[in-house]
Amino acid sequence: MIELINVRKKFDNRWITNGVNLKIPDGKMTIIIGRSGEGKSILLKQIIGLIKPTIGRILIDDIDTTKIRNRDLVFEKVGYVFQSAALLDSLTIFENVGLPLLEKGAPHETALPIVKEKLALVNLSEEILYKFPSELSGGMQKRVGLARTLIHNPQIMLYDEPTTGLDPVNARIVHELMASMQKKLNLTSVVVSHDIEVFQYADYVALLQEGTIKYFDDASQVWNSNNPDLYRFIRGLAQKPLNTHWCQPTV
Amino acid sequence: MLFFWQTARALTNTRLKYTKIVEQMYVIGVESLAITIITGAFAGAVLAYQSFDGLRKFGGEELLGALVALSITRELGPVLTGLMVTGRAGSSIAAEIGTMRITEQIDALDTLRINPYQYLIIPRIIGATLIMPFLTIFAMIAGVLGGYVIATHILGLTPDEYTAHISEYIDIFDVIGGLIKAAAFGFVISWISCYKGFNTRGGARGVGLATTNSVVASSILIIITNYFLAMILFGVSS
Repeated sequence: MIELINVRKKFDNRWITNGVNLKIPDGKMTIIIGRSGEGKSILLKQIIGLIKPTIGRILIDDIDTTKIRNRDLVFEKVGYVFQSAALLDSLTIFENVGLPLLEKGAPHETALPIVKEKLALVNLSEEILYKFPSELSGGMQKRVGLARTLIHNPQIMLYDEPTTGLDPVNARIVHELMASMQKKLNLTSVVVSHDIEVFQYADYVALLQEGTIKYFDDASQVWNSNNPDLYRFIRGLAQKPLNTHWCQPTV
Repeated sequence: MLFFWQTARALTNTRLKYTKIVEQMYVIGVESLAITIITGAFAGAVLAYQSFDGLRKFGGEELLGALVALSITRELGPVLTGLMVTGRAGSSIAAEIGTMRITEQIDALDTLRINPYQYLIIPRIIGATLIMPFLTIFAMIAGVLGGYVIATHILGLTPDEYTAHISEYIDIFDVIGGLIKAAAFGFVISWISCYKGFNTRGGARGVGLATTNSVVASSILIIITNYFLAMILFGVSS
């Protein structure tokens, strides 16, 4: 279970997240949506500990990630897929995916089958093993990033806008991969996105707006919800809906 | 300070990866060798050319070789090599690590439980510190040869006149002192470049700023460090 308690982050005298309270259920896929600049990616980085909240607590299986000194305790449980894939551009795909093993001294022949297995999980063939990231399409790079994250067999996966910059076909491939892995490996997945297509694969949806969670509910309820903030966001409306039914955020 | 502490901790906590260090030595050495030799040769040449008149006034033309060799060995060789490596390899280190920072590659290393200080910083610092003396040897040789060419082809000295007093005025401690300086400059260059790259913020402009700042800071620090090392290594007894 991931629990965020009154998480606040201040940058340059501006509160980016301003009192986020959220319980993310185990073994489910939770989508965090919100407009650009609302701090979704920062929230995700706070969960894994890459950014420390100014105030608040983040619990992962009862470990307060804002307090622990050895961040490896978090990183061994949590995988993070970066928006840009963040592959090391001077390394081959084999070296990128197998880097944690190779750095621990594993010989090439030991790392190779594991790398191949992880690439197969994201539907990538062995042909790309010795290519460089720049030789792959954006969609393939994201899948390599996903394979690299799986090398530690994490229990929790955090995805930072995994389909940004992808065409609809590749976006769908990535969404389906995320959903299938989540079920196959029984992962807890947290996806930051503003791609509403991802709702069909989600279990829960949270709306981050003005630094707080304005909505959290079962994904199947999203299109029927009359939460005004959610209503406007998913329909791309800047103003209040004409037939407004205000309700309290279900947090 | 935090960067220094983390680097020191990474250095003491882990087994050194020699292949990575050798790789960095190779990269920095190969990148900088040609410009180091060219700079050393022309520095020696101009030093010979400019000093000749002054020495002739006192009838000391035959000391030209010793003067060039001593200046190149103690000062110009290490300093010019340091400045060339700063411009060539230091900027490249800052730009590479800066780009890795803004494209989240360093964050990715963190999440993969790979210590970026061990993976990126330590090999560059040790590699640069070890390769600088080798580059400086080339600069020293090129400088003395540059002076030799000018002395014998333009200034009218014979080869014997140029080389006659070199061994008399230079001993092994001058060379060792110059090489110690070079190693110190290698440490300064790589540490500043890694630090500036590692703390890059913003996009392409941030990388540009980090690169420029690393070159400026390294160059200034080389000059300052050179002064203090000269006092320590070649201090004049009163």
